Amino acid sequence: MDAIVIDNVSKAYGSTKAVQTVSLSVKPGELFGLIGPDGAGKTTLFKILVTLLRPDEGRATVVGRDVVKDFRALRSLVGYMPGRFSLYPDLTVEENLSFFATVFGTSIQANYDLIREIYVQLEPFKDRRAGALSGGMKQKLALCCALIHKPEVLFLDEPTTGVDAVSRKEFWEMLQRLKERQLTMLVSTPYMDEANRCDRIALMQTGQILAIDTPSGVEHLFRKPLYAVKAAETFRLIQDLRKAPFTQTCYAFGEYLHLTTEEGTTPADIDRYLRERRHEHVTIKPIQAGIEDSFMALMQHG
Amino acid sequence: MDKAVITNKLTKKFGDFVATNEITFDVAQGEIFGFLGANGAGKTTAIRMLCGLLKPTSGDARIAGFDVYRQTEQIKQVIGYMSQKFSLYEDLTVRENIRFYGGIYGLNRADLKAKSDQIIEQLNLGSVADKLVASLPLGWKQRLAFSVALVHNPRIVFLDEPTGGVDPITRRQFWDMIYEAADRGTTIFVTTHYMDEAEYCNRVSIMVDGRIKALDTPSGLKRSFGTDSMDGVFQILARGTSTK
Ligand SMILES: Nc1ncnc2c1ncn2[C@@H]1O[C@H](COP(=O)(O)OP(=O)(O)OP(=O)(O)O)[C@@H](O)[C@H]1O
Ligand SMILES: [Mg+2]
Repeated sequence: MDAIVIDNVSKAYGSTKAVQTVSLSVKPGELFGLIGPDGAGKTTLFKILVTLLRPDEGRATVVGRDVVKDFRALRSLVGYMPGRFSLYPDLTVEENLSFFATVFGTSIQANYDLIREIYVQLEPFKDRRAGALSGGMKQKLALCCALIHKPEVLFLDEPTTGVDAVSRKEFWEMLQRLKERQLTMLVSTPYMDEANRCDRIALMQTGQILAIDTPSGVEHLFRKPLYAVKAAETFRLIQDLRKAPFTQTCYAFGEYLHLTTEEGTTPADIDRYLRERRHEHVTIKPIQAGIEDSFMALMQHG
Repeated sequence: MDKAVITNKLTKKFGDFVATNEITFDVAQGEIFGFLGANGAGKTTAIRMLCGLLKPTSGDARIAGFDVYRQTEQIKQVIGYMSQKFSLYEDLTVRENIRFYGGIYGLNRADLKAKSDQIIEQLNLGSVADKLVASLPLGWKQRLAFSVALVHNPRIVFLDEPTGGVDPITRRQFWDMIYEAADRGTTIFVTTHYMDEAEYCNRVSIMVDGRIKALDTPSGLKRSFGTDSMDGVFQILARGTSTK
C-alpha cells in the first residue's frame, strides 16, 4: 500500500486554481521531492494532505486514511513543518519544543533521539525567545517541533529555505537517516541541488505537475545540446550572448553561463562571435544538463 | 575614490552574547559585495547597524561618509534596504507600494507617477499593478521590493537574502537587475545562501560566529582554499565551528 495517494485532487481559491487535478503516490519509506516555484501549489497540496484544507475535488489518503474523513486519526500520524510562522515567537526554543511534544502527549526526552542531531546545535540557545533566532535557526527548531511526536509520514514545506549551505547538507543527511528508519517524507524545496537527494521528484508549476521521475530521469528530459561558457567579463558576456543570433537561452550558473543555441551552431561559431567582440579567456565546453537546466526548460515550455 | 562602507571593529552584543564581533572591512562605491555566512553568523545584525537601524555596542562605521551613531537620518537618504522578511506592504497594491515608498523619500507627485510607470513597465507588472502585493508570487514581490528600494536612487543598497526561496528563472532575473544597478554605479551589499550567487559578486566576505573569516574575490578565495567552487570555500570555513 502506498504511504501517500493523491488522486485527481483540485483546489481553487476564488478564481485561482491553486491545484489542478494532481495525482501522485509516494511509497512507504520514500523520500519524495516537490519542486516548483512559489505559487506552484505545493503549500496548498501540503495543507490538504495534513487535513488543514479540504480538496474541492478528488481524494487523498495518507497511510491508508482519508484526509477528509479520517482527519482526526491522521493528525497524530503525520508531522508537518509549514513554510512560515510555525513557531511561537514569545516562547523560548525549549518551550516551543515542549509545547509541540505536549500537544501530542509525549515529551522531549521520549523522542530526543530523533531530533538530537539538529537540536544539539540549538541547545546553547534553548532559553532564547524563538523570535530572536536567526532565520536558519528558526527553520531548525521548526523541524524539531515537527518530528518530536515521532510521526509516520513527514511533510516538510521548504524546510531549507534560508538555511546556510553547510546546514543544508547536514539537514539532508539527517533526512537520509530518517529514511533509514522507514519514515516516509514529502519535501518541497526551491533548491535544485536538493532535488538530487530525493528518490523521486515531481516538478510543479501553476497547480499542475509537469513531470514525475527520478532525478536522473528529469535530467534526461533535457534533450538539446548545452554549453558552459566563461570569459573574463561576465556581465558583458551575458549581454553579448543574449544578443547573439544563435542564442536560444542564456543563464548564469555560478562562474559559467549555460547556453542553448539554434540547431547547427557549433562551438567554433560561438567562439568566433565572442572573439569578434573582443572577449578574453573564453572557454566553451559541451556539458550534460543538470536538474536546474531541465527544470528551467520545463518551466518555460511546459 | 570614496568608499561606500567603512567599518572598524564594529560590534553588537545582546546581553553577553556577541552577535557581531569586531568586524573591519570596506566596500568601494559601485562594487557588488557579497556578505556571506552561516545561519546566526551575524549578517542581519551587521546590516541593521550599517543601515542605522540598530545602535552598535562599539566600533565605528561610516556609510557614504555618514556616521552610524550620529547621522542615521542622512544614512537613510543615501541607502536602500530590502529586509530578510518582507519589505513591501502586503495589503497595498503594487502601485500603492511604489507611491508609499517614493513618498517617504520626498519624491513629488510628477516623479512618483513617472517612477511608478517606469517600474511597472520594467518589471512587466502592468496586468497586476492594481492588485494587492499579497497575491503576487514571491519572485515578483522580491523584484518589486528591489525596485522600490532603489526608488530614491540611493548610492548603496542593502539586500538581505533577496533570493531566498525564489525560483531559478526569477532568481537570475533578480541578478540581472543587480548587475544593471551596479552598472549605473549603485553599490550592492548582498547576502545569500546560494553559493552560485557568490560567484556573481566582485568580492565576498564570509562570516563565522560573528567574525569575518575571509574576504576576497571569488577566484581569490577559491585559490587560497584550494577548491574549485564557492560552496567548497564555504564548507571549509563553516565546518568545525558550531553551526547554528
Ligand atoms: N534581539 C536579539 N536578541 C538576542 N539575540 C539576538 C537578537 N537579534 C539577533 N540575535 C542573535 O544574534 C545572532 C546573529 O543573528 P543574525 O540574525 O544577525 O544572523 P544571520 O547571519 O543574519 O543569520 P541567517 O543567515 O540565519 O539570517 C543569532 O545568534 C541571533 O539569535
Ligand atoms: Mg539574516
